Amino acid sequence: MSVESVFPQLEPLLPRVSKPVQYVGGELNATVKDWDATSVRWALMYPDAYEVGLPNQGVMILYEILNEQPDVLAERTYAVWPDLEALMREHGIPQFTVDGHRPVGAFDLLGVSFATELGYTNLLGALDLAGIPLHATDRTDEHPVVIAGGHAAFNPEPIADFLDAAVLGDGEEAVLEITAIVRDWKAEGRPGGRDELLARLAETGGVYVPRFYDVEYLPDGRIQRVVPNRDRVPYRVFKRTTMDLDDWPYPKQPLVPLAESVHERMSVEIFRGCTRGCRFCQAGMITRPVRERSLDGIGEMVQKGLEASGFEEVGLLSLSSADHSEIGEITRGLADRYEGTNTSLSLPSTRVDAFNVDLANELSRNGRRSGLTFAPEGGSERIRRVINKMVSEEDLIRTVTTAYSSGWRQVKLYFMCGLPTETDEDVLQIARMAQEVIRAGREATGRKDIRCTISIGAFVPKPHTPFQWAAQADPETVDNRLRKLRAAVNADRSLGRNIGMRYHDGKPSLIEGLLSRGDRRVGRVIERVWRDGGRFDGWSEYFSFQRWVDACAAELEPLGVSLDWFTTRERDETEVLPWDHLDSGLDKEWLWADWQDALDEREQDDCRWTPCFDCGVCPSMGTDIQVGPSGTALLPITPVGKGSPVRNPALRS
Amino acid sequence: MARAFERALRRAGVPMAYSQGFNPHPKISWAGAAPTGVASEAEYVEIQLVERVDPEVLRAELDAALPDGLDVLQVVPASGGSLADRLDASLWRIELPGVDPRALAEAVDRLLAADRVEVQRLTKDGRRTIDVRPAVVTAEAASSVAGAGGSPDRVESGPLRRRFPDDEEIASNGTSVPGRGERTADNVAHGSQIGTRAARTDDWPAPGRPCGILVTVVRQATPAVRPDDVLSALRVVAGLEPPVPAKATRMAQGQLDDDGRLADPLAPVAAPQPATRDGESGQGVVAGPAV
Repeated sequence: MSVESVFPQLEPLLPRVSKPVQYVGGELNATVKDWDATSVRWALMYPDAYEVGLPNQGVMILYEILNEQPDVLAERTYAVWPDLEALMREHGIPQFTVDGHRPVGAFDLLGVSFATELGYTNLLGALDLAGIPLHATDRTDEHPVVIAGGHAAFNPEPIADFLDAAVLGDGEEAVLEITAIVRDWKAEGRPGGRDELLARLAETGGVYVPRFYDVEYLPDGRIQRVVPNRDRVPYRVFKRTTMDLDDWPYPKQPLVPLAESVHERMSVEIFRGCTRGCRFCQAGMITRPVRERSLDGIGEMVQKGLEASGFEEVGLLSLSSADHSEIGEITRGLADRYEGTNTSLSLPSTRVDAFNVDLANELSRNGRRSGLTFAPEGGSERIRRVINKMVSEEDLIRTVTTAYSSGWRQVKLYFMCGLPTETDEDVLQIARMAQEVIRAGREATGRKDIRCTISIGAFVPKPHTPFQWAAQADPETVDNRLRKLRAAVNADRSLGRNIGMRYHDGKPSLIEGLLSRGDRRVGRVIERVWRDGGRFDGWSEYFSFQRWVDACAAELEPLGVSLDWFTTRERDETEVLPWDHLDSGLDKEWLWADWQDALDEREQDDCRWTPCFDCGVCPSMGTDIQVGPSGTALLPITPVGKGSPVRNPALRS
Repeated sequence: MARAFERALRRAGVPMAYSQGFNPHPKISWAGAAPTGVASEAEYVEIQLVERVDPEVLRAELDAALPDGLDVLQVVPASGGSLADRLDASLWRIELPGVDPRALAEAVDRLLAADRVEVQRLTKDGRRTIDVRPAVVTAEAASSVAGAGGSPDRVESGPLRRRFPDDEEIASNGTSVPGRGERTADNVAHGSQIGTRAARTDDWPAPGRPCGILVTVVRQATPAVRPDDVLSALRVVAGLEPPVPAKATRMAQGQLDDDGRLADPLAPVAAPQPATRDGESGQGVVAGPAV
């Protein structure tokens, strides 16, 4: 049965909505396949606005991998803004993909990538618009299998009722294995219906099917245990790890939108994983071990991606890009290769040390030196030991002095507020640090026009980190500390003039905390918030704290728990955490020991350069860290085109 | 659309010249780019290269690099002078579904009979008033009502033919652009089809619904008079209110002659000479896709 495009119904509505070009698709390198010529069909969703979702690397990678399979079709869908949602409801238009404008409800699978928990209400919105029952148990064989991925899927319990399945970790191989299972099940005539399909997925051990697990609670509201409720289902679900990045050079054909998006650049992931061990960082914990892409692999991805996209900027992505063992060779080689082609290179995540300024200088030798960003994360030496972000004030001052003297005019510093054990004094140290930065910069350059911006986010404790047991700071505490910090920054007017301060209030972070460490009982809250109009919770103009507070009161308190219970309550060692049956590879005992080290203000080294500290990942996952140096150079450095990164023989005279 | 064009230049490996300074950008200048929300079959752009290239090879390579719906129809070397000087006026075809062609014709007559027609436009600096009338060189109403058999009458090919004896020449410069909310379609590569374009059924409103079509030549002016402004003028003079948004397509651009015709802006001038600027090898006027 073929599936019709809804575009004819949608098109007349587009002049009535904001930024309609985000709904028309047709991006460069997008794929539209013949529906009837394929046997397994995926709709891939990023549950936020198109401009945020389009550049998402996870979706882009899976989209390309799936579409490379001859009998598989993958299309993308994003959250629609409330203006279009209202029109779609009025005119009976279902949630659609931007590629073929096909109804999402017609696909075999709906894969949703959650980079943040604040997309949960948008998941419900999309399911409802698609005509898919919100509760997984209400779905029939006719409905897509709804699968979550992304970092938030490491604790999918708050949305467990709405999901058929979740995949932890890297998706490259997992999507193909899931596709194969669905393909076979369909070819066999769908034996056993939806239940059998989910059982086949679950018995692989790498796909979590929430309905096959029962959660039992203690009288005090804590979890007693989480156990499988049928056979063929493992007690623990393991995370997926793609070991050789060079085997997966995606995206090869980056999507290039006509509409504006948040990142107008091409991205190449130069390594995955991080072993720096920052205790607040969920990404660093759950993506271990470190796996580097090779020099040749990076060089080829950059060139092919530029040829396919025409982008002017290449981002060399990872959790701490300067930590690639051959980063010097990579940056020098790429800067040489693309000299004179108006191609800029960037390292989005860098740590605080002078070496990084050298790298930044190399990358910007053909372009502008506007701003450099560093993330000390904590204002005082003490709190930085707690969070294991080993940056001394001396390092920072030396680094920014180098930056200012190399011509950089603006330095941006990232911090967090509300960290475990934090006091007002720790936060006020941020002001002193910023003032020292300005003082050092003025001295180094003899100029008054240098700037330092401090950007402060509220800390949210995350699952699978040493801080998973910590009490989250309440919004009043965070907001008070930020007020005091602002006063301290402004206290010295001469220096304060050159210091900018950016922060948000702590309320959205509390809700993010609820959704991050919640269990299945939080699902009722999410559903109620969505029914009350909650959407786009990551956007301050749509987020309503009161709506969440009210929904928590209505849905959680009858169960004997509360918003505070899930957020500002410290957990003890023996408590069963909602995600304990989901295996990130990290040893829970090691996490607890690291949490105790944090409270004792003890640091932990990086295992890339120092001996293993037994976090548990490598032995339990059968993996190993993969770092260079390989000793090779980024060769060949053939001259590329003149005035373009692409050499086109047809245009040579 | 400008970004899409820049990226296509890079993908095609075009040896672009860049501006100097901290933030270099490729030397591309759009002349009279169409406003957002309209389609176009005739946009023109000038680019500066650091090497001389074969214009036809450049056309083919750039065309191949552009997304569907954006087509490069012709490339010629710059021959001195400003491209903008060759683009005096545009021919617009504005479809008005649900508008009675007779009412449209009457409104057009009133517009042409007036000396001044002031309309308001919202700009980022607030409301401003512009006089539309001097910019309107010619205007004609045409109609289409799809017959019971579904085959639309051809009505507006007449005015097009009359104004453009050299259909093929003009068509060869046209390109189409995806407008705001409009699907980029395969409606380009018409080559010489401009006269028969009226028969393309996908351009036509639903059978049985009246559709007025305004065909008008509008002079480049400061401030620019856009299709929307012409429609506003019809509202001012005759109270004409289209029930649904109009669909405007720029069909041609060029230099106005004394008879109100548009001359091909890429036609060679008396003594064609490649332009040379800034000591670099200058190259290229491209009839290209638009904004």
